[in-house]
Amino acid sequence: MANPVTEVSAPASADVATYAIRLGDDALILSHRLSEWTARAPQIEEDLALANIALDLLGQARTLLAYGGAFSGRSEDDLAYLREERQFTNLQLAEIENGDFAVTMVRQLLFSCYQHELYRDLESSTDAQLAAIAAKAVKEVAYHVEHASTWLLRLGDGTELSHDRTQAALDAVWPYSHELFGDDELARTIADAGVGPLPSALREAWLGTVSDVLTEATLTLPDDDWKPSGGRTGLHTEGFGYLLAEMQHLHRSHPGAQW
Amino acid sequence: MTVTTETELERLVALRLAAAGVPDPEIPVLTIEDLGILRDVRFAADGHPEVVLTPTYSGCPATEAIRSDVLARTAQVDPQARVVVELAPAWTTDWITEDGRTKLREYGIAPPRPTRTGPVPLQLGRRPEPVVQCPRCGSEHTELVSQFGSTPCKSLRRCRDCAEPFDEFKPL
Repeated sequence: MANPVTEVSAPASADVATYAIRLGDDALILSHRLSEWTARAPQIEEDLALANIALDLLGQARTLLAYGGAFSGRSEDDLAYLREERQFTNLQLAEIENGDFAVTMVRQLLFSCYQHELYRDLESSTDAQLAAIAAKAVKEVAYHVEHASTWLLRLGDGTELSHDRTQAALDAVWPYSHELFGDDELARTIADAGVGPLPSALREAWLGTVSDVLTEATLTLPDDDWKPSGGRTGLHTEGFGYLLAEMQHLHRSHPGAQW
Repeated sequence: MTVTTETELERLVALRLAAAGVPDPEIPVLTIEDLGILRDVRFAADGHPEVVLTPTYSGCPATEAIRSDVLARTAQVDPQARVVVELAPAWTTDWITEDGRTKLREYGIAPPRPTRTGPVPLQLGRRPEPVVQCPRCGSEHTELVSQFGSTPCKSLRRCRDCAEPFDEFKPL
């Protein structure tokens, strides 16, 4: 992450900067989780696929964090490597542990479908830089959705064992999906300014796509019960500290190191 | 700043020629001009000439290598020249030139199919496979192995006739 991808102009307001960092944190943290599969995926093609998806997300994270950070004079590296746990504002869905392959794929389907709706809306943002980032990223995310959907169909509508494990994964991951659509004061300010969509407004289209895949995969939509949240205000799951330790260790041990 | 003199125009043409020949580090048969990522060569508001590039994928690691290669070549023509990267409008594989498509095929990579215009369609569930020609034997009897290949821009396919695996440049 030595040189910024593009010349960075600062966002117009602190709210837009905070918003860009939220979205950047989502992409960064999920990218890191996916990279943990490298050399551990069930087959070599899947190893490459997960690494490629992680790379797309990392690219999106870099432009979003560089943009958001420019408001306060912080670089993408400052934001990724030098913040503490409570300063990260990613959704908890992005950080939950990989679990088995079914958990990773369910998480990917739920997140990618959300990100696709979000970026599609952001393409017409009143903020030109966010619109440009989204117009690029939405095309990448369409491939992520397709990849996760293909796996869900194969696992859900596969053997009895793969079906049961995927249903268990869906039941475990589903509660974290509610936070994707939580509105707060910043989200409302952003929506009022035409910068980004109100998160709650994305749920209907998201649910339509997700239900189509899950139904075809012979999986049952879980009941809406427990709704953990807090990621946007810096509250994270137990595994998050370990993720940061691994992600930030090299940079903190060797400040400014480059290769 | 607009070009006003013949000398200025010549400076830009020379810079464009220098930049256009830079090869893609991952698919070296293609130049950045073939790829359609050399967007513009122009004078900035402060009078400095600048070469405008656009990245292929958000996370493409080749972007930084290309930027420094372009800078190295343009510096020989005009040390004042800068390289800037612009995201919008988003790059599409439709911008790969005819020449580039021929080079890809000869290199063993199936060129990208045309993208549809408008929003990216989401196709879910089992659906008819697109027709992709094997770059080695020309057969249209090929199948997808993985949507993600050795780089983000390629998917991995297999020919059912000559049995060879090959990369396809994904439509984006």
